[in-house]
Amino acid sequence: MIEVKDLTKKYGNFTAVRDVSFEVEKGEILGFLGPNAAGKTTTMRVLTCFMPATAGSARVAGFDTFRQSLDVRRRVGYLPENVPLYLDMRVRPYLEFIAKIKDIPSRDRRRAVNRVIELAALEEVEHRIVGHCSKGFRQRVGLAQALIHDPDVLILDEPTNGLDPKQINEVREVIKGLAGDHTIILSSHILPEVSKTCERVVIIDQGRIVAGDTPANLDARLRGSQSITAQIRGPVNEVMDLLKKKDGVVDVKTRSSIGDGLWQYDIDVLPGRDLRSEVASSVVGSNWDLVELTTAGMSLEEIFLELTTQEEEGD
Amino acid sequence: MQGLLAIWGRELKAYFISPIFYALSTVFIFIVSFMFFYSLQSYTQYFMQVAQYPTMMERININEMIMRPLFNTMSFVAVLTLMPMLTMRVFSEEKKTGTIELLLTSPVRDWHVILGKFLAAFTLYTAMIGLTIIYPMVLQVYGDPDWGPIWAGYLGLILLGGGVITIGLFASSLTENQIVAAVICFGAALILWMMDVAAESMTGMLGEVVGYLSVLRHYNTFEMGIIDSTDCLFFLSFIFLGLFLTVRSVESTRWRG
Repeated sequence: MIEVKDLTKKYGNFTAVRDVSFEVEKGEILGFLGPNAAGKTTTMRVLTCFMPATAGSARVAGFDTFRQSLDVRRRVGYLPENVPLYLDMRVRPYLEFIAKIKDIPSRDRRRAVNRVIELAALEEVEHRIVGHCSKGFRQRVGLAQALIHDPDVLILDEPTNGLDPKQINEVREVIKGLAGDHTIILSSHILPEVSKTCERVVIIDQGRIVAGDTPANLDARLRGSQSITAQIRGPVNEVMDLLKKKDGVVDVKTRSSIGDGLWQYDIDVLPGRDLRSEVASSVVGSNWDLVELTTAGMSLEEIFLELTTQEEEGD
Repeated sequence: MQGLLAIWGRELKAYFISPIFYALSTVFIFIVSFMFFYSLQSYTQYFMQVAQYPTMMERININEMIMRPLFNTMSFVAVLTLMPMLTMRVFSEEKKTGTIELLLTSPVRDWHVILGKFLAAFTLYTAMIGLTIIYPMVLQVYGDPDWGPIWAGYLGLILLGGGVITIGLFASSLTENQIVAAVICFGAALILWMMDVAAESMTGMLGEVVGYLSVLRHYNTFEMGIIDSTDCLFFLSFIFLGLFLTVRSVESTRWRG
């Protein structure tokens, strides 16, 4: 449904997106994950025909975003990061206006507006002025706006940004309900967001794709190394030597002194081994104080950090 | 086409929702009314003075003495002070609030968007000018004005306004700051206005070219009651050029993001 090939976008000398390629199948929900300013919005803007790419190509529903822009635009619903609302209009007339510019013929317009009002649960506010609506409602009006022409492809830029947990859940439910009929790309810089709603995740950083897989696979791939965090009071070098000699330990790093002779150690161990008790007994056996000992499996959050910081170090 | 009409309608409504239009039209009507009253008074006084001399009476002309000063005032007030304020928000506001992203990702061609916005401002301007038709009607009740030159004057005013609206649209498409847009539009309109003065101090070819570009010179022909195809063509190309530049400017917004 969506094919992006070697997409590059430059703003003057600044390269926002560099050789990005990915595909999205029909009916799939793809999560676009990355820190702020990673190039998510830029990629989405190219896909929605807001701006042309500097190099490479993007096709949506078989149409080129540059050469067949109007055909693409007819098939794409887009919710930009700043929800595009005319704050002085009322909700229903606003949606009617959108229906007109989305080329919905006049006989279907009423039905289309009613449909999205129901879908986004806007009955309560349909006669209210958009500017007087709460942030949650505004976001839902934005979503209704993107859905009004029943597009094949939905592109949502941080759809739950700035909402409270209850509203986040509501919006998430709406989005999940749309999967199947619609192909959806959803961007976020928050992980749970993506791992909860998306079938596949693309992690993007500094304009480049650094990883792409299902949330579960990404998780498994990086769960390869497990680590133990320990706080030990004792001579640093000796503690390091002792820990490194242990069977199954890959690497030991000490981050900082917490004070009062107490140091925190990050111990990377081979997958599938739990070395906690061994570490505990040998530390105590050497007459050092063991203050804390925990395992830390990598969460998606850490994978994300790991991937994006690695990239930084590489440059 | 549906998109163009939708944008035209929404823009018009936006003008009526915001207080800008009411404030502007009140100021406009107030100034023009004052001018009308003033001209009418001096006309009556003059009429009384020359009533005894038949030769002088022949030279008294209600169009020349009342309508021309009125058209002068209207063109000056409308074009130089109201237009920048009427057009400043057209693109700037959409850029600021992000709704431009909505318009430019909808299946509506860029020039439809721009034409829709132009027509909305133009409709409003024409309506504002239309309100002043009451003055020649008052003259009609008590006197015998010649309607030919009056219609010509209105045509000139409308064409002139259309041209300046496109400057305003272009200025507004350049920036997301409404004040900056208004200042650019005002400056550009003033320069076009003053070209007439500049042309007089220049000689030869240059003076002729600058004189031809003077908006005031072309407008004055209409004011005198002459509809010349050269002047019509001048204003139509002016409008076309302004719209063309705006389309280009919006396109470049796309590239720059």
